[in-house]
Formats: sequence, C-alpha cells, structure tokens
Amino acid sequence: MSYLEYRVTSIPSGFRKILYMNWAIVILIISISTVGFLMLYSVAGGSFKPWAEPQIKRFLLSLGMMFLIAMVPIWFWRNMSFLAYFIALVLLILVGFIGSKGMGAQRWIDLGIMKLQPSELAKVAIVMVLAAYYDMLPAQKTSRPLWVLLPVTIILVPTFIVLQQPDLGTSLLLLMTGGTVMFLAGVHWAYFASVIASGIGIITAVFQSRGTTWQLLNDYQYRRIDTFIDPSKDPLGAGYHITQSKIALGSGSFSGRGFMQGTQSRLNFLPEKHTDFIFTTLAEEFGFIGGISLLVLYVLLLIFCLWSALQAKDRYSSLLISGTAMTFFLFFAVNMSMVMGLLPVVGVPLPLVSWGGSAMLVLMAGFGLIQSAHVHRPRTAK
Amino acid sequence: MALEPHSTRNWKRLTRRSLVLGSLQLSFAGVLALRMKHLQIEQADQFRLLADENRINIRLVPPKRGEIYDRNGIILAENEPSYRITLVKEDAGDVKTVLENLSKLVPISREELERTVSELNRSASFLPVTVTDRVTWDDVSRVAINTPALPGITPEVGLSRRYPLSENFTHLIGYVGPVSSHDLEKRQSPDPLLKIPRFQVGKSRIESHLEERLRGRAGAKHVEVNAVGRVMRELDRQEGAAGENFKLTVDADLQCYIQARLGEDSASAVVMDCQSGDILAMTSSPSFDPNKFVRGISYSDYDALLEDKRKPLVSKAIQGAYPPGSTFKMITAIAGLENGFITPSSTVFCPGHLEISGKKKYCWKRGGHGKVDLAKSIRESCDVFYYDLALKVGIKKIAEVARKFGLGVRHKVGVTVEAEGLIPSQEWKKRVRDADWVIGDTANAAIGQGDVLTSPLQLAVMSARLATGKDIIPKLVKSAEGTLETKEVAPDLDVDPASLQALQQAMFQVINDRNGTAYKSRIIQKDYRMAGKTGTSQVFTITEAERLSGITSNKDREWNRRDHALFVCYAPVNNPKVAVSVVVEHGGGGSKVAAPIGRDIILQALYGKDPDPEAYPVKDRKAIQLRQKELRKLRPNLKNIRKTRA
Repeated sequence: MSYLEYRVTSIPSGFRKILYMNWAIVILIISISTVGFLMLYSVAGGSFKPWAEPQIKRFLLSLGMMFLIAMVPIWFWRNMSFLAYFIALVLLILVGFIGSKGMGAQRWIDLGIMKLQPSELAKVAIVMVLAAYYDMLPAQKTSRPLWVLLPVTIILVPTFIVLQQPDLGTSLLLLMTGGTVMFLAGVHWAYFASVIASGIGIITAVFQSRGTTWQLLNDYQYRRIDTFIDPSKDPLGAGYHITQSKIALGSGSFSGRGFMQGTQSRLNFLPEKHTDFIFTTLAEEFGFIGGISLLVLYVLLLIFCLWSALQAKDRYSSLLISGTAMTFFLFFAVNMSMVMGLLPVVGVPLPLVSWGGSAMLVLMAGFGLIQSAHVHRPRTAK
Repeated sequence: MALEPHSTRNWKRLTRRSLVLGSLQLSFAGVLALRMKHLQIEQADQFRLLADENRINIRLVPPKRGEIYDRNGIILAENEPSYRITLVKEDAGDVKTVLENLSKLVPISREELERTVSELNRSASFLPVTVTDRVTWDDVSRVAINTPALPGITPEVGLSRRYPLSENFTHLIGYVGPVSSHDLEKRQSPDPLLKIPRFQVGKSRIESHLEERLRGRAGAKHVEVNAVGRVMRELDRQEGAAGENFKLTVDADLQCYIQARLGEDSASAVVMDCQSGDILAMTSSPSFDPNKFVRGISYSDYDALLEDKRKPLVSKAIQGAYPPGSTFKMITAIAGLENGFITPSSTVFCPGHLEISGKKKYCWKRGGHGKVDLAKSIRESCDVFYYDLALKVGIKKIAEVARKFGLGVRHKVGVTVEAEGLIPSQEWKKRVRDADWVIGDTANAAIGQGDVLTSPLQLAVMSARLATGKDIIPKLVKSAEGTLETKEVAPDLDVDPASLQALQQAMFQVINDRNGTAYKSRIIQKDYRMAGKTGTSQVFTITEAERLSGITSNKDREWNRRDHALFVCYAPVNNPKVAVSVVVEHGGGGSKVAAPIGRDIILQALYGKDPDPEAYPVKDRKAIQLRQKELRKLRPNLKNIRKTRA
C-alpha cells in the first residue's frame, strides 16, 4: 500500500476539518487544564485571583490558537519549520541582552500581555526543524556521519544558549527531545549507544577521580554535585523544599485532605507553590486517588498522541507528533519525579496545570501541530 | 503539495522505534505511580504526623542597631539585652483568654493591654506583637513554665537601646522610640522591619538623622513551630546586616564636664577643634534622661519637660538663635577694614551716644569711652565706634562678612534641623516686616542687636575662623564602621591677614589687658592664654516705665526679661587649638557670667582633665578648686563606661 494509492481529495477541507480532529486529545487537554484551574484556585486560598483567572483566559486563547493551527495544512507548517527554528534562536540570543531576570536566571522577554520564555519556544521549534530535516533527507543518508552531525549541531546550539541562562532543566529537555526525534528518524542505534556509553564513562571518571591525585573537578564542585543529586545533604537549602514537598504528598494519604483543606501547601513554605510545585497541592488535597488520576490523564493523552503518530503516513507528521509527545512526556515525568524526590530539583513546570503563559502557549501550539497532522493525513477514499 | 510518504522499510522502522519509545515512556509512568503509592499509602502515616506537628514560619530577625562612640571609643549609645513577652495572634486562638491568663502571671498595665489589642488588630496575624517588655527574668521563667496554658505567647530576648551617659548626650545623640504610623507615612516604601510593631527607630538628633545607616538590614529565619507556636528549631537563616557603628568627634569627658559646669542654667556651649573643625563638645542645658523616652515616658514627666520655661527639649546649641550682641563686633570691624573705611589706627570719639537721624543711640557706657581706636573698641566694647562704622560700611557688606565667618548659614553637622539664624538685609525686611530699611537698623545690626540672630554653633565656627583665618567646617562624625570620614585641609578665608591680625590682637586684649571686659577671666599660664570677646545681648529694651521705677540692672528684672550672656574665645593665642562659644540665656552680663564658663571650658579642653589651679589668677584658685571638687561629683565616672576595642 503505497502513498500513490491515496487521493489528495480524500483530505477533509473547510469546516469539515473540525470533525476530523482528534477529539479525544482535545477533551483530555481540557480536563487536565481544568484540574490546573482548580488547583490554582485552591493555592490562592479559594480565589480566582491572582492565578486561576488569568490562567483560564490564557487557556481559552491558546485553545483558539490550537484550532487555528490545526486548520492549516501540515505541509505549510513543514515549510515554516526552519523559520520557526530561526526565530526561536534569535529570541534566545535576544533574551540574553534584553531579557528580564527571574530567580537568578535570564529567561523571559516581557511582551506586555505576557512574559515569553524563548526556551519554551525552542522546545517545539527543535522538534519541527528536525522533523523537516529528516523529511527532506533521503532515507539512506540518515546514518551517515556528516548527516548526523548537522542535526546534532541544530540541537546543541539552542541547548548551549539555554545552559548559559542558566537553565539546566530546559537544556536537558531540549537535548532529550532532539535525541528522541533522531532516534525515531532511524539514526543508527550505534550512535546512541556510543553517546550513552561515553557519557557514563565521563561521569564514572569524574567520580572515580575524586580524592585521587588526578581529581578532575574542584572539591566545591563535587559538593555541589552531591547536593544536586541528593538534596537531603543540604537540608536547609535544596533539601528543605523536597522534604516539605514529600510531607505534603505523604500527608495527603489515600483520599486526601479534601479540596482547599491542605495545610502544608497553605503555609507558604514553597516559593513555587503555584508553578513547579503545584502537584504537591493536588496530592495533598486529593490524595493518591487525585495524583494517580492526573497521571492517568497524562498517560492517556500520551497514548493518543503516539497512536496518531503511528497513523501518520508521512515522515514529517510522524516525527513531529512523536517529538511533541516526547516534549509533553518529559514535562510531566520530570516535574513529578522532582516533586516526589526521584530527580533533583530543576525548574520544569507541570504541563497544562502549572501557572505560566509560555509553557501553556507552546504546548498548545504543539498540540495544534499534532492536530494539523492528524486532520491532514491522507485517508483512504471510501 | 502533500508530503513525501514513507517507504515501507522506513515506516516499519519508525513504528518499531515508536513502540520502543512508547513502552519506555509508559514504564516510567508506572514508576511514577509506584512512587506515588509509596509516598501516599505506605509512608502516609509518618508524613501526616510530620505535617500536623510541624509548621513552618518565617520570622524577621531584627539587625543589631549601630553603636555610637565618642572620639576615644567611649560608648554613647549601646544595645542591651532585654526580655519581652510577645504574642502571635494566629497561634493564640482566643486572644482575650490568653491575655487574661498572662496578666495573672506578669504585671501588665491596662494601657499595655489596650495597646496590644489594637496592635494585634492592625498587624498580620503571624507577626509577633510585644505585649510587655523589660520584664524581669522571674517573669520570663514564670511564663516559660506555663507555656501550655498560654498558646501563642513567647518570652523573647531582644536588644534595647541604652544611653549610659544619659542626659549628657541627649541633645547630641537623641533617642529611639517605637515606630509610629507617622514615621511610616513619611517613607515611600518602608523597610519591612518598620512593620514590626514597636520596632525602635531613631526619634531625634543623630539617632534620627543617621537612622538609615544605624538601622542595618533585616535577616529572616525559617523556624519550625509546634501546634502551640513554640519554636522547635531553626531551619535556615538569612543573615541580615548590623547597622553601622559611628565614632563621633566629641570627647565624652569634656562633654560631661561642660554639662555639669552649665548646671541647671538655661545655657549652651560649643567646643570646636580650631584646625580640623571637629566638634569636641556641644551641650545644651538643662537636659533630660533619654532612656526615659526609650522605655516610654509617662505623661506627667513629659508635661514637666514641655512646661519648663528653660526649654529642656530644645537643643539650644544648634536650635537656639540669639542676638550675638558685642560678639558680632569683630564682623563689623572686619567689614570696615576689608573695605578700607577704617585702619587699625583710625579713631572715633565716643561721648556715650551717637545721634542717628535725629535719634540718640546710646553706648552701654553712658559716660562714653573718649577717643577710641579699633583695639579699644573691641577691648572695651564701645558701641558708638560701631554705630559710626555701620553708617559707613552699610548692612550689605556686614552681612557678606558675617556669612563668610559662618553666621546666618546652616552648617549641616547632621544632628537635627539647625537654626539658620538671621543676618538681616533690606530685602528681608521688606519681605517679612513689610517696612523700609532705616539707617538705625544698620547701627543695631553692627553691634549684634536688632534683627541679627546666631546660634552657639555658628558663634563657635566664627571664633574658629577668626583664630585661624581658615574656612573651618564643623563636623561631628569622625568615622563610620572604622573608615574615617574624608578629611580635607581647610582653605584660607578670603580675608586680608592684616585685618585678622588686628582683630586677634584686639581679642587678646579683651582678656589680657587690664581694661579688657573679660580681664577677670584671664588665664595666667602663658602657654594657655586665650583671646575672646564678651557679649551681652538685650532681649527687651528697658522701657521708660522701668527706668522710671528704677529698674535698670538685670537683677531687678524678671528672669525671661534679663539679657543673654555670651562669650566666644579661642586658645592658645599663639597656636589656636580650641574655639569655644558660650551662651547663657537671660544670664546677665557676658563678662560676668559667660566668660568664666568659657575659660573653664577652654582649660578643661586644653588640659584634657581638670586643669591645674596654677592656670587661674591667684585670688580665684581657692574657689576654682572647690568648684572642681563639686563638679567631679556631678559627672559620671567614665571608667565605668564600656569602651570599644577599636
């Protein structure tokens, strides 16, 4: 069954496109965001201000944008991919000069109506540009060293800029998303194996050298790594948040303390209670049931995206959908691991739930692209 | 244009890899679910216990207020630990019952209770409010034992301001007091510290003027508190910064001596280092105990201070403005010399009065001085000489010289709003009095009467500048945090040295010539001899009625109608080191009242201790020794006052 057997006329057109959208994904997005509104309402002490109300407005705006993106044929977006990457890069460089500082890092540009984080934009832009790259590249060249080096550069440039901000979390996310797209595109597994092996090798060397004559890092750098990996070694600094976060989660127990009844999260012990640590409030107030429900919603959304990726008939769409889904997965997996003390604290928000404009806007744009690919994929004429 | 389709081989590989990736993602989601179960179900009881027992609060840590020392490191304002009892509303629950229980253990006045309740209503519920402070250790321990019955109540140890030299430095250092809503309104974005109820801020003088630098920066600490609000442990602490410590130019020993010497008179004196401009002492009397204000002064005490006619609340040395009287004559003389109207040898005949536009203006000596030259005019303080000179020079040039010598200008030494004084001018009179300047006004101004007003600080600056011929700027802060304030060599004044020398010579005669007005206050020891000028300024003109009823001398008049006694001087004459100004309000004659005080101060400053009686004329020595003994009893023993290591 080759592509030639499809007829372009079988692609829906006009308002019929809306019917062909993946409605399961839309419904899941709305449900997850609603959980977010409830939590923001609760952390504000039972008030729509200052977080829930603007978040709802932003969500409606992004939802509209998602529909608009979905209506535009996917090949248009493919042609825009390089431009998107270029814009993201320019903004990333620009933010270094005119950006505002937040929590010690230079991250966002104030647009007046919202604060834009170019690093968030880069997440989707990288997926787009790599998908377009592999769409253009003849399949047999995929694993040739020179053609591997080019996408690696495409990934490393923004990663490096983000690292300078400094935002370790986002740069790791960019690296992993890019790597995923390359993996799916069919780059030979030996490349990945060698990268992983050398990474492990370097890390082992660094730690093995500790205390010996050929020690690779300074003592204070080791200590910093120690507290990064195990925050409990620094109970007054990084470990403090994690301990409090765990107490909040644990005290939620099976069924939770009830909506707006959480004590732990009401004590202002976390500076990020409405952003990165919002999951603690959910887990405290709705307990294990609440936490696992949100996880199930996320997993369902992921599964629908992956399913859509498998249905796509062209390379660009497949890679774009899987890559975006990976971004989404990394968001919630890293955030939840961090809150539950499985990973060190890096600033990654809970997707669609945490307060924040850029992440939501970019994620919804990503979902718009997924929908566009979904709508415009060739269908067998009936 | 549609997109390039997959080749079958590629499509298969992509599907395969997608499935691998998908299953990896799902397994990780499984790990997350397991972790959630572990935390929320298996360890739930443990965490819930932690959550219920422990709550985390943020407390501001007030910084240590900067200390103030004298030039030798003797402490003038320090912080001492004091115990207070605080209440946190959100922990107390039923505030009324808690306060009731507390008042059974610790004596709390009705006033304090009312104030506490109103402060509790005003401030955030998690902020501790001081119920009562300066409680004894016994009270503190009683409260500590009964903590279970007193939720939200914590005995705390804090720092409270203390002024060990009490009334001796009130007019310089000022005092602190609890921050008021008025203080907060004055500031645009107040320091969070100021929102702590009853936080102590500088209320007057240096404490107020250097408030921002003395206060320091707040720290914050996270504390874990249990269900009744008791602090269980400190989790972390952001260190604040203590306020800056200041070293002043004043000499505590000299200041205390002068305060004792002035006694209960309504008087003030300023001592300056002639060369550097350092203010060595600046006293106003009567004074009061600033520690009373820190604790909260009672209404009756405060009313007593307010109603005292000698005005103890006013720092007269800087805030007082007096007609300088004859001490102003040097200014008029220099104006005459500089503008060529007279020479040191030109003479005027003084018959005891001078007729100016049909009105007789009298010299203080009714019989007249006879033939008067410059030296004699200063030495014997002839008024007619200056009436005559004034008519030639005019007010404009006199005012110019006055400002050059530091009169009628604010010196901004940084204590409080200084009295600017007043050097009148034609425009000023037009504007304020709405009257034309008449020639008689100039004559009055020339002898420091009429509208001329100066502060004791300005007079001290004047005599320092007369002594050195340099543009000496008074200053009060020697160093902040050990770093010296900039020290500049004073430039020369734009005055002919010959004129200055003539005046210095004349001022020397005032004290050391047999005919000098202050001959009785001379210093015998050659190395310490001084130069100066007395002044007696009229507060009220003696009315015709008074004259008729025979009241002409000061003694017969009511206290507040008597003349001010003034004296300015510097010493040693060959190498001036200190300049002094003394003003005794309604004290009577300058030569009789102010000059002896000036001499005592100069000698005390030059000796650095009680002077040798040898310095005084023989017949005074006995009385001086007696007085020294008496004053020693009145002064605090500085050996008992803490000194800084630096």
